[in-house]
Amino acid sequence: MTADSDRVRVAWLYPEHLNIYADRGNLLLLERRLQWRGLGFEVTPVGIGDPLDPDAHDLYYLGGGQDRDQALCARDLVDTKRDALHDAAARGAIVLGICGGFQLLGHEYELGEERMPGIGLVDLRTVRGEGRLIGDVEITVDLPRVDGSSTGPTALAGFENHGGRTLLAAGEEPLGAVVHGHGNDGLSGAEGVLHGGNVIGTYLHGPLLPKNTWFADELLARALGTVPAALAPLDDRLEAAAHESARRAARRSAPVRSPIGKLRARLGRG
Amino acid sequence: MSGPRRSAVVAAQAAAKLSRAFGRGGTSLPGKVLLRMDPLALRRLGEALPVVALVSATNGKTTTTAAVRSILRAAGRRPVANEEGANMAGGIAASLLAQRAVASDPAAVGVIEVDEFWLPQVGGAVQPEAILLGNLFRDQLDRYGELDAIAERWAAFLPTLPNTVPVLCADDPLVASTAPDGRDVIWFGIDDPALAKGERDHAADGVHCTRCGTALEYELVFAGHTGWWSCPGCGRSRPYPTVRATAVDLRGSSGSAFTLHDGEASIQVTLPLPGAYNVANAVGAAALALQLGATLEDCAAGLGSMEAAFGRGERVRLRGRDLLLMLVKNPVGANEVLRTLSLEGRPLDVLAVLNDRIADGRDVSWIWDADVEAAAPSVRRIVCSGTRADELAMRWRYAGVDPERITVVPELTAAVDAVLAAGDGPIVVLPTYTAMLELRQLLHGEQAVAGAFT
Repeated sequence: MTADSDRVRVAWLYPEHLNIYADRGNLLLLERRLQWRGLGFEVTPVGIGDPLDPDAHDLYYLGGGQDRDQALCARDLVDTKRDALHDAAARGAIVLGICGGFQLLGHEYELGEERMPGIGLVDLRTVRGEGRLIGDVEITVDLPRVDGSSTGPTALAGFENHGGRTLLAAGEEPLGAVVHGHGNDGLSGAEGVLHGGNVIGTYLHGPLLPKNTWFADELLARALGTVPAALAPLDDRLEAAAHESARRAARRSAPVRSPIGKLRARLGRG
Repeated sequence: MSGPRRSAVVAAQAAAKLSRAFGRGGTSLPGKVLLRMDPLALRRLGEALPVVALVSATNGKTTTTAAVRSILRAAGRRPVANEEGANMAGGIAASLLAQRAVASDPAAVGVIEVDEFWLPQVGGAVQPEAILLGNLFRDQLDRYGELDAIAERWAAFLPTLPNTVPVLCADDPLVASTAPDGRDVIWFGIDDPALAKGERDHAADGVHCTRCGTALEYELVFAGHTGWWSCPGCGRSRPYPTVRATAVDLRGSSGSAFTLHDGEASIQVTLPLPGAYNVANAVGAAALALQLGATLEDCAAGLGSMEAAFGRGERVRLRGRDLLLMLVKNPVGANEVLRTLSLEGRPLDVLAVLNDRIADGRDVSWIWDADVEAAAPSVRRIVCSGTRADELAMRWRYAGVDPERITVVPELTAAVDAVLAAGDGPIVVLPTYTAMLELRQLLHGEQAVAGAFT
């Protein structure tokens, strides 16, 4: 890692185009939690045609957009930023893709009859399906840390809304197992992708980080080259309640889908 | 007079009685029964009215429709409207059925608010004289998909009604893109540079040209992606509006004044509804009413005597305190409300209610797109309520409100008690749609009265 220990530098890709599900909230959350700990936050907007520095940022953020905007970004990503994102991921920087950003991490995605390119950072592809997969969602993730430990199974809550079905190749691991909701394809019980500990894709917005501040702190710790226990604790009572609220919404509105999820629900861990 | 099939009417009326008997006044059952038994019922009900006009938008359609009605009443006409919230085919059919007797009056005018997604179905059935399209802001994406898709639906639909006059907002590039080629369009808009903001806010949508994909340029920015826009790619630009507002004077929560123009003619208007967004609604309403035969004098009289639609800038008095109810349902609407609050210039006691029912949008992520930061410094105390109260409370904290000032009370009755328990002066209430309906029941139960507000 090349991270400074007292600030996190974020490259926000296509803030003008990929921002549809309140992606701004994810960035704001990171900023405040660093600020409250006396740590620095730098965000660099990187738009269409802009160069991307593979060494200058600790976290590369890709949000979701409307179809037309995502197509514009897909072409630009492949033309001008693919190599930089591959290099950044290879040196251990975090790459976080949400919704459309998740699809763009793969080889390709279908837009109507057309196949749009992705950056091929992760071995996955996205095809169209019948109807959109929409609703509150909860998954269980076990996130690795830089010291070799991991979080252990922990709930991640959010909202999903996607027409695409994302299929992971055999060698790729999902980010988590669906407890309530649809997940990558509505069938497999897999949600998102976790590649090498630092490349993360997911359909969970809502936005993701305000609903899961523990996850945000894991990302911040990794970006700072440390573990969350080393970060100053914050008064997270509102945050914990918000997390539980999002989990309750997922329980209320979404059917239990996966065999693992059903088992979990039966064991009372949902 | 033609009308729906008698058997269908009887069945729908029975369904209405049944649903009232079971204590739910506003169900969609009667309309569904009516349309199931007579699929042409909506067409027949529309034909029975001498004139029909439709109003659609993501934001402000209830207020705009109310403004059109108020102007037409000033013009001596007899407007027939659908009940609030009943703005899809079934609800519209049921509302028109209930007011069938009025339709035989030659002065009757149907002024119907239509859900943006249902516009083609409803418009195709009732064949309106004119259609007002106000704006397309990001709204409840989980319900209807994306804005471009709605704009495309509208653009494909308008040419199918060659005798309908489109009344379109010139300031909204997405709405403007729906104008049918070679047809006369009534354009309306705001012509006051003083209302412009420094830059587009985070909730902006539709900032790329729908024709060529180039990023639009803005000379002035109003709410969301509306403003004086032009496309450097294909040369499309904001059409100059025939009906427009100039010299807008915003007077906080008490309303505004502006000059309303129709071509060369103009008149001074005092609008008792707050915010720049209501000026835009009023100008659209005037444009439609003028098309339906009202005069500028009717517009000034009708707009000047408007009362806020329930929850849209409405003031009520409850247990000795004034409540200002401001519906908040998506980021652009929220931003306009929050901006209006930030201009109040006094510390605010706030009750904010976030529900996630279908009519609110199941996806509550939009609260992070809303510029809550604009109003945060004005907040003295805030009670957060609703099905997603905790997440709303967190949003206000991250906008800069000290957690000491935030109380979470999910249940609405208890939340109202909590916000009334301390402080003095007016209370600002920011409910989402279903929260506003719950609030209406609660206020009705307490016989709260529409009150003077100072």
